[in-house]
Order: sequence, then structure tokens, then C-alpha cells
Amino acid sequence: MNFEFLFNNLPELTITGLAFGAIYALIALGYTMVYGVLQLINFAHSEVFMYGTFAMLWTVMALGGREADGVKLVAIMIAALFAAMLVSALVALLLERVAYRPLLKRDAPRLIALISAIGASFVLAELMGLRDRIAGWFGLDDDLSEYVSGARINNSMAGVIEKPRWDVAGVSISSIDVLVIVAAVGMMVLLDQFVRRSRLGKGIRATAQDPETAALMGVNPTRTIQITFFIGGVMAGIAAFLYMLKIETTRYDVGFLLGVKAFTAAVLGGIGNLRGALLGGLVLGVAENWGSALFGSEWRDVIAFVLLVLILLVRPTGLLGESLGKARA
Amino acid sequence: MRRNKVFAAGVATLALGLSLTACGTTEDKGDGGGDAGCDLSLAFFGPETGDAAGLGKPIIQGAQLAIDQHNEDADCKVKYVKYDSQGSPDEAPALATEAAGDESVIGIVGPAFSGESAAAGDTFAEAGLPTITPSATNPTLADNGWDTFHRALGNDATQGPAAARYIKDTLKASSVFVIDDASEYGAGLAGIVEKDLGGAVKGTDTIQQKQTDFSATVTKVTDAKPDAVFFGGYYAEATILIGQLRDGGFDGKFVVADGVKDPAFLDAGKAAEGTIITCPCIPDTDPAVADFAKAYSAEFGEAPGTYAAEAYDAASIFLAGIEDGIDNREDMLKFVNDYDEKGITKQLKFDDKGEPADVHVYAYTVKDGAIVPEGEIK
Repeated sequence: MNFEFLFNNLPELTITGLAFGAIYALIALGYTMVYGVLQLINFAHSEVFMYGTFAMLWTVMALGGREADGVKLVAIMIAALFAAMLVSALVALLLERVAYRPLLKRDAPRLIALISAIGASFVLAELMGLRDRIAGWFGLDDDLSEYVSGARINNSMAGVIEKPRWDVAGVSISSIDVLVIVAAVGMMVLLDQFVRRSRLGKGIRATAQDPETAALMGVNPTRTIQITFFIGGVMAGIAAFLYMLKIETTRYDVGFLLGVKAFTAAVLGGIGNLRGALLGGLVLGVAENWGSALFGSEWRDVIAFVLLVLILLVRPTGLLGESLGKARA
Repeated sequence: MRRNKVFAAGVATLALGLSLTACGTTEDKGDGGGDAGCDLSLAFFGPETGDAAGLGKPIIQGAQLAIDQHNEDADCKVKYVKYDSQGSPDEAPALATEAAGDESVIGIVGPAFSGESAAAGDTFAEAGLPTITPSATNPTLADNGWDTFHRALGNDATQGPAAARYIKDTLKASSVFVIDDASEYGAGLAGIVEKDLGGAVKGTDTIQQKQTDFSATVTKVTDAKPDAVFFGGYYAEATILIGQLRDGGFDGKFVVADGVKDPAFLDAGKAAEGTIITCPCIPDTDPAVADFAKAYSAEFGEAPGTYAAEAYDAASIFLAGIEDGIDNREDMLKFVNDYDEKGITKQLKFDDKGEPADVHVYAYTVKDGAIVPEGEIK
């Protein structure tokens, strides 16, 4: 164990850990909100994120992000952000429509919905992984080759943006890490306020507390569920955008590991709890980095899950408890 | 261990069963006549489709070229069969059984990867079907006691020391950070480099395959401030790792091995510039393969890819045997074991474990968005 290294580099390790943790937290929101309203783990949420990364990548490619700089590059990035949010939200809505609503309508057990989610996750991932063949069916593989080639390997947008580093009191900080943390935490605060204060947010909380009574009071449950999926999708889109800024590379199965980690973050913070997702994500990101520093990077996942088990042993409902419904305005 | 034995036994039984059936079929068709050398075929074994198809293509085409050239002025045309394993060890045993069952197959160019070689080797050994792999570099493959196994290039145990020599002698790096990806290939290679560099190693770290955030590793490297980083692993992780290392402020040399020698590594863009790639594969610009490269480009409309020349050499050995009038596997195996001629990549001669007697490792570097050869590592 290398304590000396950890303490000498504590600021760097903490900031990079917080940055990745913030991405976990944004994805975790999707798990946590759907769970809060439906008591259902939406395992296909990782694919919602994955489609967002591709939306971002393809927008940058289509708008010529590689050659652009200055104001044009900023405009392309903003367009890419909205594309990622839009695509992720649409995929989330599609999931709700195809994989959940028919089951919920027939009062299927939660287990069935869970299997349906896992199935949808595979279908969505493989659709992306086989996009070259699918384009081939329509004879489009030549026209679209830039987008569909390398369907099963890494797709990269490295070098599109410069990432200056700042020296703050002897600590070298990446500007991207700061941007990721600020943007993610900012979005979380906005969402938290939205759920607490707005009419729609009240509807979501009411449905989470007691769907039948909420329906009697005039909350449309189908619409509320749709909004929940939509918000989760938008957050996953933002996560995808920030992830691509930081990592610059995606592939058809990128969602799997990140999804598992984000789900862990949600459980760690208390599933169903928005603030818990933020706290869980940040704690997980920092713990992984500190653990990698102490034991070696091959222990990263072990540390993440040992931490989860330890916290659940002490606090079975997570750090902040399960409480989307209980949040008071 | 036990599961493996049961499995191997199963495969062997299957192989026997299938080869019996296959014998039957050949006898039925046997009235075609002609001299014995005429229904012989050579087989490629490796990925023709699937995730790793890009790595299989140059090998397929290299062997194809050798066979085409042979067939041009031969009365008896040698057929070329492809067993498409998709590079997967799971597919390999069944395909190997199929290949072993086809009596006309007298030699195998492949299997292409180390994993599938390990899975298929027993079957080939039992069928007495000689194989020459142009690309599988895991050192332990030669230790299985398969007398049919041959390798037309240096294994990782020769590539590792060469990489270490390059770091010490050419880069003159006095401090090195060694990273591996915990895979059989990457960890093995990194271990050899670490041992050879000895005191120059300032630190090590192990990442995981499919990992995308390397911030802890980057901090370790920037903290150690090494002259060079060696990474044992594949291009998927190397591409992301070098980007994050450069962003993190590392400005030393990045040294990797043949697992990264893939055009996809160039996706890293500017960060990839100056990366040193070691490979036991001969550069297509080497004068020794000039004629081959010209013929290859004329035939397939592209420059020979990684291991194309090695595949050409592997196929040429079998073809020389066929020209000598060999028409069965037993004689072919003896012929390959005793072979000692100059090929285009090296002197082709195998020791009793099937390892090449003559090994060359080359250095490549990434320059202006292309992987260009730098020369042999002496």
C-alpha cells in the first residue's frame, strides 16, 4: 500500500475522482428516478447513455468539429450537447413505450419488467454494434461509412478540443475536470429544485408516494412516468456529453460497466433519492481513485463494490435513504 | 484442469469420428483419379469475419499470394480453404476438428491468435496435421508438446527483451514506468520488460481491459516523472491511455508492442505521435520483402498489412513440400520439422519445440498520423 503517494497527490486524485464520479451521478439519476416512481430497476438505462455518446460523436463529425475552432467549435459543442440530450431522451421514451408500458398496463410482476429491461439493453447495444450490417441492408453502408464503420471497436473524437491545464497552488488541474464537476453538480441542483418546487415535480413525488391517490387527485400517471423517463434520459445525455469531452472515445458496449457503476452509485446514496445519487456518484468516483492509488488500478472495481457492501451493511438503505416521495417542498 | 481434459477428450473423440466419416467420403469420390498431389489443399485458420477480421485479412491474403504464385506454373493446383474462427477460442476446437477431418488439408497457416491456438492445438497434434502460425506470439504455446506446432515469428519472450533493449539503448531512458492490462499477452510482456529493465523501473500499474478512465494511473505516472512509459496491452486501451497521459502532462516516450500495431491506434491523433511500437513483423519497406510487397499490392490493391509476409513464408514452406511430391500429413510434418531455407522474412528453421531459430524484432514509430518502420532492434 502506497500511502505516501496517495497523500502527496491527494488533490489531483480527488479532483479527477470527483469528475468521473459526477458522470456516475448523472447516469445514476436515471436509475434512481425511475426506481422512485415505479420501484423498478431500468437496466437499459446504460444504453440510453451509450446512444447519447454516439449522438455527441456523430454531431461533432457531421458539423466538421475536427477542423473548427473558436466560436464555431463552441457552437458545434453546444449543438452536440443538445443532440446528446435529445437522442438519450428519445431512447428513454422509446424504452418506456416499448419495454415497460405494455407490461405495466397488464399489471405484470416487477420481475418481468426487469427481464424486459435486460432484454431491451442487449437489443439496443447490439443494434449499435451491428450498425454496419444494418446500414448494409439498406445499401447505405458506403454513404454512411464514416459513421457505421468500426461498429464493434472504439470510435474516437480525440483531438477535437484542447484541454488546457491550470496550475492552482502547485496542483495541476484539468479544465475539463472542472467543467465536468461544475456542470454535473449544477444540473443536479437544478433538477432537485425542479422536483421539489415545480408542478410536474410535485406530480412525480405524489406518484412516487402513492400512485392511486395521486391519480385520484388528478395526476396523470402515464404522463408522469413518461416525464420521469424523459428527465432521466436528458440527464444521461448530459452525462454522455461530459463523458465524451473527458474520455473522447465510445463503443457500442460502453454503457455496460458505466451502467453497473452508476447503479452502484444510486444504491450507495440510497436508491430513489436524488441527492443520494449525487453523493453516491461522487463518493464512488473518489473512492475508486484513492483505492487505485493505494492498491493499484487493477483493484478499482473491487474497491467500488467492497465499499458498496460495507455501506449497505451499516446503512441498508444507502447513505441518505430511499426517499424520492418523502422529499418535502 | 479436469474440465479441460474432459473437453480435450471430447474433442478428440469427435475428431476421430469425423475423420472416419471424412475418409469414407473421400473413398467414395476417389474414382476421379489423377496423381496424388492434385487434391491437396492448404488451410487458413483464423478470423475472416468478426471483431478481429481486420487482423486476419493480411494473413489470408499473404498465404493466398503464395498459393496463387505456386499454382501459376504447377500442373497440380493446390486448393486454399479458410476456416473462419472469428478469432475466438470458443469456435476453434470444432473448426479444428473439421479441418483435421478433411484429409486433403495437408497444412495449416495459423491459427492466427494465441487464444485459439491454445484451444485448437491438441486437435491438430492428434491428427498429425502440421500448423505454422504467422502471428500467435504467446510463449507458452510451444510448451504443450505438440510436434505439429510451428511459429514463423519470434514470440513475446523475444519481443519483450527487444523492447527493453530499445528503451535502454536507443531511447536511453533512465527511468521507466511499466503498465499492463492484466491480459495473458499484456501482463506477460510487461513482466519481461520490467525484469529486463531492472532498476530503471520507477513504478508499475495494472489497468483493466475495457477501462476508460485512467486518471489514477496518469497521476502515478506524472508523480514518478519517468523518461518513458511501457504499456503491455492492446490498442483499444492504449489509444485512450496515451490521450489521458498526454492531457495529464506526461511528455516522455510511449513504448508499446505489436498488440497496438493497428491503424485504430492512430485515432488518438496528436497524442499518438512519437509512440514506439515493437513488432516481430517485418516492415513492408524492408528490401527483403520488396518483391513480395510489389506482388501483394498488385494483387490486392493495398500495401501488405501486419503478418502478411509471415503468412506468405508459412504457406511457402508447405508449398515447397508439395513441390517435393509430398502428399500426406506425416511426410509433411517431417518436411516442416527439417526445413531450413531462406524465406522472405528470415531464415526459416524451427527448433524441436517449433520456435523459429532466427528471430527479428523491429521498431515502428507513429509519425504524421502513420505507423512507419524505424528499423530492426539489434
